[in-house]
Amino acid sequence: MNEETKKPHKVFLSGNEAIAHGAAQAGCRVASAYPGTPSTEILENIAKFKDTINCEWAVNEKVAMETAIGASIGGARSLCAMKHVGLNVAMDPLMTFCYVGATGGFVFVSADDPGMHSSQNEQDNRNLAKFARIPILEPSDSQEAYDMTQAAFEISEKFRVPVMIRMTTRTSHSSSLVDLGDFKPAVRDLIPYVKDIKRTIPVPAFAKGQRLAAQERTETMRAAGEASALNRVEKGDSRLGFVTSAVAYQYVKEIFPEFSILKLGWTNPLPRKLVEDFAKGVERLVVVEELDPFLEDQIKAMGIQVVGHETELNMLELNADRLQNLRHELLGDVPAVTPAKPDATLPTRPPTLCAGCGHRSVFYVLHKLGAIVNGDIGCYTLGAFAPLNAMDSTICMGASINVSAGMKKAGVKGRICSVLGDSTFFHSGLTGALSAYYNGTPVTTVVLDNRITAMTGQQDNPGTGRTLTGDPAPVTEIGEVAKAMGYRRVTTVSADDMQELEKTLAEAMDSGEPALVIAHAPCRIAAKLTKEGLCEVDASVCKACGACFRLGCPAMTRGAEIRKGAYQMKIDPTLCSGCKQCRQVCKFGAIKKVR
Amino acid sequence: MKTVNVSLVGVGGQGIILTADMLAKAAALAGYEVKKSEIHGMSQRGGSVTSQVRFGDRVSSPIIQEGRSDILVAFDRLEAVRTAHELAPDGKAVVANVDLVPVTVSSGLQPAVEDLDGRLKAALPNALVVDAMTIAREQVGNERTMNMVLAGALAKLLPLPKECWTEAMHQLLAGRKAKLIPANEKAFELGHASV
Ligand SMILES: Cc1ncc(C[n+]2csc(CCOP(=O)(O)OP(=O)(O)O)c2C)c(N)n1
Repeated sequence: MNEETKKPHKVFLSGNEAIAHGAAQAGCRVASAYPGTPSTEILENIAKFKDTINCEWAVNEKVAMETAIGASIGGARSLCAMKHVGLNVAMDPLMTFCYVGATGGFVFVSADDPGMHSSQNEQDNRNLAKFARIPILEPSDSQEAYDMTQAAFEISEKFRVPVMIRMTTRTSHSSSLVDLGDFKPAVRDLIPYVKDIKRTIPVPAFAKGQRLAAQERTETMRAAGEASALNRVEKGDSRLGFVTSAVAYQYVKEIFPEFSILKLGWTNPLPRKLVEDFAKGVERLVVVEELDPFLEDQIKAMGIQVVGHETELNMLELNADRLQNLRHELLGDVPAVTPAKPDATLPTRPPTLCAGCGHRSVFYVLHKLGAIVNGDIGCYTLGAFAPLNAMDSTICMGASINVSAGMKKAGVKGRICSVLGDSTFFHSGLTGALSAYYNGTPVTTVVLDNRITAMTGQQDNPGTGRTLTGDPAPVTEIGEVAKAMGYRRVTTVSADDMQELEKTLAEAMDSGEPALVIAHAPCRIAAKLTKEGLCEVDASVCKACGACFRLGCPAMTRGAEIRKGAYQMKIDPTLCSGCKQCRQVCKFGAIKKVR
Repeated sequence: MKTVNVSLVGVGGQGIILTADMLAKAAALAGYEVKKSEIHGMSQRGGSVTSQVRFGDRVSSPIIQEGRSDILVAFDRLEAVRTAHELAPDGKAVVANVDLVPVTVSSGLQPAVEDLDGRLKAALPNALVVDAMTIAREQVGNERTMNMVLAGALAKLLPLPKECWTEAMHQLLAGRKAKLIPANEKAFELGHASV
């Protein structure tokens, strides 16, 4: 625990840290999550309270949610956290647990990513919570994240309902001062477990009643929301009245500080009466929210007039500039903001695979072998881009194996393979691998086994030998898993040995049977191998053929131009990790290992 | 007090986040409301990074509107040019005399900027250029303290008591990192004296 948390004064916390503190303060006993930006730091910070919270990395979000469900049914307060797309994976348990209902308070955090800073899509998960008929709390800063996490547990227990806290990249990753009050993480007693299958086994006979109960519960919760301090009116100039939630509230305060605001913290079920009364007291009602017109559509459906506007606010990340444009449109007393276009003449700094990354050699080889590569989600998705150009599709975590299977079944000719990381394999590659084996689909699956969940910032997983709390854990070998499924063609190669890699991958793809290849190379950041060695180019030997540049290693820079347009390669010694991939690619032996 | 907006820009791995944390803590210690945001994903090394800090009596939005930064601290000259539009017309820029060549340029995928000197002058005519890397390397003896040289220069431009900066640094470098404090303090002082 950090020094400050012991003292009851204001501390500076990110939204994710604040949720962890709120959970600890609320007596949460069990927490589980699978990493995903921007939610990852919630569990990483909960781990600091491991004395009172039994916490872990689950292998995927469904597992995380079901684990928290078990804890709740067992009478404990429990929490799980995920990025927005993680909730898609966890929807199955949620859609029935919302009937069963919580015993110990059950809270899950959905961290949405408006503007797709680090995601493959944009989705407003308030829609999913409404679909499940459960409460949504939407903090607008870290203080509210701390307070609302505690309130969420109370609401969950009071109405026996799972509660969603909706964070966004901005609320998760911005920091502000939080008054922790009398902060005392403590173990809370279990609510005694009582077997009650009418509730916990929703067979049709029971589920029908629960379906009706969920409907009634919505109305009781709505009434509670109307009276809750989480929803409040801030009176101001009544010519305009804003209904707003989450970080959008902060932008409204910034741009329309003088007007009346209905600030909603508990947005589902919508406190209709509050909205109706607020609307009556203002001349024009404006709804400002981030992403979908979630509140707006419901308010319009109540027959309330909402100010329409030209400003397209209902997608991508909201910000004060976009609200200034709204103000320009509605009041005309401020100039419009035209966002500066990125200066196209400046060189960019796009994300790249690190120097020495073992993913690079695999993509280099797959490109050489002319394979169709169905990829997955992780650092290795960068293999899609120049100069590697070695990926054909990426859908969602775990899709790679099944997409290849589908292509094979469709009769697509040529070499086809799937590429996914170790964490992704554990997350949702297992089922696809089994299905392909069972059906005899000749899919070659390449697991890029870097022994870490790298993309999200190096989290542990079943292959790393450590748990969330840094304790030792058993190691699951993916090759052994495949063999246990029945795979006969299971090969482990070092990703640093490109010749062997090429031979193995070609054989696997041409074998006509399901195959699993493990390309092993530890993540150089996680294993602290970033400066393991150093290679150098002998300029008297280098013919400037350009083969090494097709690896796209950030340590390789252009050297002398020895023919028009033909540059020798030079290695930046501050970046080189000594991996030797470029040495293997060089036909002239111009690259030497010097350390 | 009117809210003060500070943007810190540079390249992943340069210590921008720590500098932003220190500024935020110093402002909080001085009794202001503070908000800090990471604008770009941090995890990738070598990518452009922006961190923003806002402090004052009341701060609402966690991010700064375009063209409203009172101070732009650039850890790299190319990034200074890239983000110059974020600075308010009467804002001040502190720019480290550092050029990290983007991989896209070193590998020949994209052309280098021609006349970066001229581009910087045109974009930020009144920028305070600090020889932060030279100071860190030669006077402190540790290149990694470059960020604290810039923090020292930034401190000179902000209405925050110096004790708050010192206390913030001590809080951030508590525990295992405490051995780094003397070098960082030296770098901070040299930066402070440089403007
Ligand atoms: C359903 C879902 N959960 C979480 C994420 C966030 N996420 C993106 S990549 C990744 C991990 C990838 O790890 P691994 O497969 O080991 O590949 P590496 O990054 O190490 O190469 C995660 C957790 C996601 N995109 N989708």
